[in-house]
Amino acid sequence: MTQAPLLQVKELSKTFGGIRALEKVSFDVHEGEILGIIGPNGSGKTTIVNGITGFIRLTSGQVLFRGRDIAGKPAHKIADMGVTRTFQIMRPYYSLPAYKNLVIPLFSPRARRTGGWRGGGRLGDRHTVGIDILEEIGFERDSHVPYKATATLPTGYLKRLELARCLALKPEIIICDEVFSGLSMSEIASMVPLIERLQMDGITLIMIEHRLRELFKVASRVMVLNFGRKLMEGPPAEVMADARVKEAYFGSREVREVMDHA
Amino acid sequence: MNQNTPQRRRERIDRGIKVRCQGIYSLMSWREMTYITAPRAALIAGLLALPLVMPGMYWQRVISIVCIYALLAVGFDFLAHFVGLVSLGGAFFVGVGGYLAAILNTAWALPPIATIPAATVIGATLCTLLLLPCLPLRGVYFAIVTLMYPLFLARVIEALDILGGTDGIMGIDGFGGRWTEQYAVIGMLLIVLFAVRRLVNTDIGLVLRGVKDNDQAIRASGMNVTRYKALAVFITAAMGCMSGAFLVHIYMWSGISQFALDFSILPIAATVIGGGGTLAGPVIGCLILVPVSELLRDFGTLRIVFYALILVAFIVFRSEGIMVYAQRKYHQFERWTQV
Repeated sequence: MTQAPLLQVKELSKTFGGIRALEKVSFDVHEGEILGIIGPNGSGKTTIVNGITGFIRLTSGQVLFRGRDIAGKPAHKIADMGVTRTFQIMRPYYSLPAYKNLVIPLFSPRARRTGGWRGGGRLGDRHTVGIDILEEIGFERDSHVPYKATATLPTGYLKRLELARCLALKPEIIICDEVFSGLSMSEIASMVPLIERLQMDGITLIMIEHRLRELFKVASRVMVLNFGRKLMEGPPAEVMADARVKEAYFGSREVREVMDHA
Repeated sequence: MNQNTPQRRRERIDRGIKVRCQGIYSLMSWREMTYITAPRAALIAGLLALPLVMPGMYWQRVISIVCIYALLAVGFDFLAHFVGLVSLGGAFFVGVGGYLAAILNTAWALPPIATIPAATVIGATLCTLLLLPCLPLRGVYFAIVTLMYPLFLARVIEALDILGGTDGIMGIDGFGGRWTEQYAVIGMLLIVLFAVRRLVNTDIGLVLRGVKDNDQAIRASGMNVTRYKALAVFITAAMGCMSGAFLVHIYMWSGISQFALDFSILPIAATVIGGGGTLAGPVIGCLILVPVSELLRDFGTLRIVFYALILVAFIVFRSEGIMVYAQRKYHQFERWTQV
């Protein structure tokens, strides 16, 4: 690709005490693509999200966003540049109704500067724009769902609310930390076109997933992590066929044989 | 399960008039409009009428003190229930505001109408700057630091014998009339109450409530949590410093008793009794607690025992607070239903 990558991660490392959660992980994300990150439990996927978005302090490494190093900047500054994230464990404002959850990101400096999602923040009041975003993301506008207290919403809506919070900021990149996990098959089925629509809107996505089948449907490239190291990177079909990936997920053949005989 | 005694439970249902009052339909009839405005009007009219119905100067002075505590209590309620910071800093704010007003009045001979706003703004800025280091932390640190400052400042004034030392600063101007004094304090309380109630429902107020709910999500939305916490502390400190400035001009004296922990503890007790998160509740709590503590003066040292008993009784039997209870009774009716 001739164009410089939108996000360049160079030799990212993070240690928690003696544990090496990430060891020199490097990868590029190009504008408009969907990069999947997969790996077994504890392989450092969420640590990557936290590291890029400034929620933890990195031990070493560089994160270049449009050529500028954002590693070590505070989380709100990174979000202000348009690198947004969702949380694996949803973090809505439980005491507010769903649409008021979006008034808060629409009030942020970035949303006021850029106009927020589709520039709606400049027009109309933030409550209406909040409901617009919710409708876009799959809350039925004329139902009572957007007005319900967030604490009473089911997981599917909360996952969507996480995405909606990112959208309100008019993001350049959304890093999705397991948006499919905890959802039913039908909920995932309605989520996939939503992800594709975000891509068509020019938003770059990094998706961390355990639901490989759905991820491989939308992702253009997949990176595999194991024990904090990058195992491989490539198109979904290549990743699926790779022996090392199978080993990381299911254990090596020798171990499996021992287990079977035991 | 015993078949003979049917299980019953109480069911709460919104009153019809409450439902009709939601939205634009509330403007359809006088009844609905009265339903909405009556409780608010009652509080405003009640507070304004208080000095008129109170016998004698002593009780009128008590009313002024009630309002001063109420300002602190509304500040505590705002910070604790809408921003999630538990502040024990009532004494700190009152002390800083009080001493500032005293200094401005004695050194530059400014009248109360100038010292009170000046002490409010300068004091709130000072308090916010002093509390800034502990704002990025989560947990009990804020409460501990706000508790530490008044003790610290009182000892500094005592030990260094500055600002009048243990004698305090005397010869401060009064309000020039007890009616001016009372209506100045009551009017200020009403304005502050109205402003804070409006503030928590604006967009920036929603951000502050978001800080309480989930500060990580605020950071992920590209907003600096510490800045919003500092803003909220500034607002609360401004209310505290203003009440301190009023107090100094009412007593015409400023001393280290303004750093007394009463100013930290009583607003919290009033918030518990009145109902946290309602803003009007703490005012009602102060209207009860301060006069009760005056009445109990006759019991001498036993006063604190009765005082504690009242508080414990409230916490055990009505832990939600008067205002929450009253709101529920006003908006909903109850009936027994079979399960």
